[in-house]
This record gives sequence, C-alpha cells and structure tokens, in this order.
Amino acid sequence: MATAFAPTKLTATLPLHGSQENRLVLPIRLAPHSSFLGSTRSLTLHSSRRLNHAHATRRSPPVVGVQEVVKEKKSINSLLITKEEGLVLYEDMILGRSFEDMCAQMYYRGKMFGFVHLYNGQEAVSTGFIKLLTKSDSVVSTYRDHVHALSKGVSARAVMSELFGKVTGCCRGQGGSMHMFSKEHNMLGGFAFIGEGIPVATGAAFSSKYRRDVLKQDCEDVTVAFFGDGTCNNGQFYECLNMAALWKLPIIFVVENNLWAIGMSHLRATSDPEIWKKGPAFGMPGVHVDGMDVLKVREVAKEAVTRARRGEGPTLVECETYRFRGHSLADPDELRDAAEKAKYAARDPIAALKKYLIENKLVKEAELKSIEKKIDELVEEAVEFADASPQPGRSQLLENVFADPKGFGIGPDGRYRCEDPKFTEGTAQV
Amino acid sequence: MSAILQGAGAGAAAALTPFNSIDSNKFVAPSRSSLSVRSKSYIVAGSDDGTNKSFGSSSLIARRSQPLMIPNAVTATKADTAASSTSLKSGHELLLYEALQEGLEEEMDRDPHVCVMGEDVGHYGGSYKVTKGLADKFGDLRVLDTPICENAFTGMGIGAAMTGLRPIIEGMNMGFLLLAFNQISNNCGMLHYTSGGQFTIPVVIRGPGGVGRQLGAEHSQRLESYFQSIPGIQMVACSTPYNAKGLMKAAIRSENPVILFEHVLLYNLKESIPDEEYICNLEEAEMVRPGEHITILTYSRMRYHVMQAAKTLVNKGYDPEVIDIRSLKPFDLHTIGNSVKKTHRVLIVEECMRTGGIGASLTAAINENFHDYLDAPVMCLSSQDVPTPYAGTLEEWTVVQPAQIVTAVEQLCQ
Repeated sequence: MATAFAPTKLTATLPLHGSQENRLVLPIRLAPHSSFLGSTRSLTLHSSRRLNHAHATRRSPPVVGVQEVVKEKKSINSLLITKEEGLVLYEDMILGRSFEDMCAQMYYRGKMFGFVHLYNGQEAVSTGFIKLLTKSDSVVSTYRDHVHALSKGVSARAVMSELFGKVTGCCRGQGGSMHMFSKEHNMLGGFAFIGEGIPVATGAAFSSKYRRDVLKQDCEDVTVAFFGDGTCNNGQFYECLNMAALWKLPIIFVVENNLWAIGMSHLRATSDPEIWKKGPAFGMPGVHVDGMDVLKVREVAKEAVTRARRGEGPTLVECETYRFRGHSLADPDELRDAAEKAKYAARDPIAALKKYLIENKLVKEAELKSIEKKIDELVEEAVEFADASPQPGRSQLLENVFADPKGFGIGPDGRYRCEDPKFTEGTAQV
Repeated sequence: MSAILQGAGAGAAAALTPFNSIDSNKFVAPSRSSLSVRSKSYIVAGSDDGTNKSFGSSSLIARRSQPLMIPNAVTATKADTAASSTSLKSGHELLLYEALQEGLEEEMDRDPHVCVMGEDVGHYGGSYKVTKGLADKFGDLRVLDTPICENAFTGMGIGAAMTGLRPIIEGMNMGFLLLAFNQISNNCGMLHYTSGGQFTIPVVIRGPGGVGRQLGAEHSQRLESYFQSIPGIQMVACSTPYNAKGLMKAAIRSENPVILFEHVLLYNLKESIPDEEYICNLEEAEMVRPGEHITILTYSRMRYHVMQAAKTLVNKGYDPEVIDIRSLKPFDLHTIGNSVKKTHRVLIVEECMRTGGIGASLTAAINENFHDYLDAPVMCLSSQDVPTPYAGTLEEWTVVQPAQIVTAVEQLCQ
C-alpha cells in the first residue's frame, strides 16, 4: 500500500522545441498506484485564446499573448531582434553560464563556501528581462542571484570576489552568494529567505511612484522582482500582488518556475500550479511564457515593462524554466527524473538562441565563438582578480552595522563608542 | 479605544501625570519636562541636546559636565530663553500623541521624502490619533493606508528606504509587528551590512505597545524584548510629550533604522513643550530625578510607577535617583555609569517579562561594566512571565506596582 507521501515520478512531455508554437502541453504522468498529495491538475495551456480569456476578467488593457506576437512577427517574415541585440543577448547568456560553471569549479576547489545556488538553464529569463532595463531600473532577486547581478551590469570581478569573501566583492565580502547588491546598478539583492525580497521590490516600485506623483520628478523607473515557484505559496507574494495592483506600482513579478523547490515538486506543493492565473485574481495580467526561449521572454518583458512605465501597473509573468544543476551545490539532486532533465537540456536556451541567430543569418558561427572565448577570458580574469584580492581585516567587522555609527551608543567614558580608536581597529568590545 | 485612554487617565492619574507637576513650586527651564526642584535650589536639566550649557539664571545649571564629542544637531533652547526662571514664556501644552504628531508633521514639512505607512494611518487618522489630519494635508500617498499585511508593508517601507524615501512604518499595535519580524530582522537590521554599506535604511518603525487596561494577552506585548538582539537597529522608548516629539524627530532624521516604542497608556499625558524646534538625542538617557541613595533605571510607563514610588520613598527619607533610560538599544552607559558610581545601588524597573527583557540585558551590562562600584546586587523588577491576563486584578499583578518598588528600594538600601 503506497503511503500518501511516497515519492512519485513526475515526468513532463514537452512539445518539440521550435514547433507548435501555439501550444504548450505538459501532461503529467503519475507512477501507478500511488496516492499522490498535490495538485492533480495538469499544466496544460492549449492556446493563446486561453490566455486572452484570463485577461478578459481584468480591468486593464489586454496583454497580447506572447505566442501570438511571435507567430505574427514570424509570419510577416521579420525578425524579433537585430544582429546587435542578438549578440548582446548571446553574450549575456554565455556570461551567465560560464560564470556559474566556474563557480561550481571554485566551490569544489574550496574557494567559496556555504550555500551557492546556480542558475544554469535559466539564463533566458534573466537576459530576456534585464537586458531591456535601464541602469536606474531596479532588480530584486533571491539567493539564485549571481546571474541577475551580472545581467544588471555588476562586473564579474565584483561578483566573484564577493563569492570568495574578499574586500573587493560587491558587498565587501559581507554578503556572500545570496546577497548580491549594487547601488550603482540598482541591484537590490540577493535575499536568503524566499519571498522576503518581494516586499523590498514593491517598496522600490513604490519609490518610483512616489517620485512621480509626490515629488513630481520625471521618474519612469520600474522594478523587476525575480523569484521561484516555491515562493508562490508564500504569504508575502500574495500580499505584494495585492498592494502592487491596488496602487498600480511599476513592478513586474517574474516567476522563474523551474518546477522544483529543492526536492519539493511544484505540483506536490501547489493546489493550482498555474501561477500566472493568480495575477488576474488580484487585478493584474498574468502571462505564461516559455522561459527557455529568450526571445519569447523578451517579447513578454517588453510589454510588461512598457505597461509599468506607462503607469498602468504590475504584471505577473510566469516563466517555465528549468535548472540544470541541483538546488545548490550541496544538493545531490536525486529526486528529479533523468528523462525530465534530458528533455529540458534539449531546450537549452543558449543553444536555442544560437540556432536562431545562425539560421536567420544574423551572425556567423565565428562571431559567436569569439564571444565565448572573450567571456571565458573574462571569467578567468575574474577568478584571478578574486584570488589576488585581500580578505577583510578585523577593522571591517563593525563598519557597516550602522549607517550612522552613533548607533553603537555612548560608552561608560562618555564618548560615543565609534570614536574609540580601538573601534576602528576592530578590537573594541561593543 | 477612547474608553481605554480615558480609563488610563482617570484610573492612574496619580501615576501618570508628568513629573514636573508633582513636586515643584519653583519654575523650571521650560524646555525640560523632567526636572526636579531640590532643596538646594538648583535645578538639574536633562541634557537632551548634549551640549554643555548653562542657563541664564544662576539657579540653573546643566547636569552634564562633559560635553559629548559629537554635538547634537540642534536645539533652539538658547540660554536666554530660560533666563526667566519663573514663567513659561515660550511653550504650548499638548498631549503626548499630539506631540508625536507635531514632530511627525514638522519632519514631513521639512523633507518631502518623509512619508508614513501603516494601517488606518490616513483617513482614520491613526488608531491612536498620531497621524490625525496628516492625510488631508499631505495626501494619500504620503500618508499611506495599507492593507493588513505587516510583513509586506514593512518590507515595502524598507525597499522604499533603500531607494531614497524615509518612511515611518506604523504598527497599529507593536504586537502586530511580530508578523513583520522577517522583514525587521533580516532586512531592516541586516541589509546595510550585507550590502557592504551600499544601502541605508532610514526607516522609523513605531507604534504603541506595553500592557494597557485589560487589552488581553496579544495586545499587551513588549516587543522590545524580542527585537533587542537584532543587529543594526536602534530602539528608543518615549515617555513624555517632550521626549516623544524629540525622539520622533531624531528617529526620522537618523540614517539608521530606529524602532520607537510608544505606550498605549501614555498617549494622553499632558505637558508643556517648547515652541522652538528641538530634538532629543537617540542614544542618551534622561535624568528624571537626581538622588544619592540608589539608582533606579526605568523607561516608558514604568517611569510613572517609579515616580509614584519615589514620592513614598522621599517621605520615608530615601533619596532615589531616577533615570529614564530612553535608549533601549544601545544603552547610555555614561549616564547610567555615572549614576552607579555615585549611588552604588541599582534597581531596574521595567515592563518586560522577567526572561530576556531589556532589564535582563541591562543587568548584564551593568554587572559587566560597573561591577566594582556596586555595593549590592543589581535588582530587576520585571513583569511576570505570564501572558497578560484579561482580568483586571490578574493584570495588575502582572506588572510592577509602586508598592513593590518601594519594598525593593528598602531592601536594597538596608
């Protein structure tokens, strides 16, 4: 007798990549004779008609289903991107992939420690969205944030140094893998607990709106919040969907649905696994997109970002994607089915873009190869830089606890503790 | 709600009137609410602005003999305005919640980045009327009525602070902020550090807490116990209209995240405060009543229980020194230390529960820093480790009452 909690094999059959663009069919087969606690719904999206139906229930202007856009553009024989754009996208994805691969190597060589969560396989989402943003737009991510930081413009050196825990890291070595911040590039982190970044993103979007409506500044900045399928069962997600829609905040909620939250399958955790549907429940458009295809993601992103900039409010975008590695470098990744992994590996977003660029004669193979080489060198150089950088000294320990170090208080001698010379040396007792 | 406040005013009138009406006939520098007139006819002022000042009149001296190295940003209490020691020249009377509102409004006028968010702060005017009228004046976006989602709107305030605004986040009752613990601990306290100093979080998180009048267990919590370990935040507790306004303004201007603890029963305290602008130092304690025999450290509502006990003690011949610590994190070890060195006996009176409260931390800090100066063990009177009961009698026994304070002092001073 199978117990309610017997693990089941969940496999997804996927459409042949590149064809059947109007259908995304994902029937889930269960292992026989298991009582399965979790959603019994299949993730089936038949056609863009279904997306439009969902949209009809909201009160805002329709978001065109992405498949239609893609189909339309392809039918009139125009391309979705120019050569320059294509090269930018390609380079960004290659950077993400190479960097993460290097992280894995460095981790196993003992250069970085703790929890490291790699983004391999999901590059299309980061590149697709972030390459549309300006420097003053904000990005908020989760612990799987290296590539979001890189796409946003944080240098590979700064990220690698941060991972090595060196002072030259983007956060002076104080944050680590899960806390990639950059004020210059408006990368607002990097959060270790899932869901806790979404309110911060909502706040950044609130700031934009405030600047525009209260301070009367010319502010069109939007915020993109990335998070996973597991987060979509968390209260903070819903609370923020509500507030964002209520006040029409310029934010895009991007769900990187890679179907797994460590070892918990999305279907075992979620009553209604179609996350995009939760958008209209709060009065915002919900869009589902193939997150393994950077061009499709980009088309949806354009629409969502434009909406936000125009002051029309938030959008919820669910990207169906997959992580090729385990949850983290410590995860043995035993629960996921080999066939599932193989299916998604065949949909590698980098390979797909490469194929698109070459088939549409936008670039030559050699140009792509030279990008790959350039990125390899960049990542190598980043490692060398990080290796050579110094580790933080004792005096750094207390420096950034408070923006105003008076917060450490007044010592018995009547002086503020931060004035004690030993304090700056890091040897004072506080 | 108003019934509670009226009950507070009427039922505990003796304990809750501002100190300056208890003892003195002589008048005092109008800028200070916490003064005592001593038999030697000099008046000691709380050193709220940290500067070494002498008031114009020879009968007044400033207490603090060592000026702080980093002077406070303000204050307009110049020596000459206090020259006349008898009348309240420049001052206006108001209730504590109005003082909070005044401070808030002044800061919102001063800096358009300052905004308020919380439940019922806008159209309703705040459940304790601290934000009354502000939404009409500043608009619905600057005084934002949030849905009931503490964790998310606290996080939203933090994200707004990181991107340049200066939000004041109100917890309708401090207890509700338990739902925001994730954001307060992880983001509010830590993000400045984990971002390597790149982002500042100049938020003020404020709200009423403490044991009220039969509000029940969940509405009678003392969150200062739970928040005190969070690195990167400061905590202050106001107790008079004067320091309420001053601390509110200081907290808003601070670049650090500050949690301002108000007390449900103190909102209707009345006092005269200066017309001129002033702020209080976030890190300093307030000398309420200088004395020689024993140091009594307290904060918030318990200050009034202590002062009531002080009356009894004075009649019995004791001379307690009462300090309102005000800054719950960090402790002002200078003021506290000077007092311990003088009296050699310490009694802490707090409203937190026995286990893990502010008193527990303060006891440890005093023992660690001033052990040599103590003639007796530090005694700490706290509330019982009990969920605050609804029944009035039980509730009364939960918190420290003046009689217990008197007994404790007598015991310590044997």
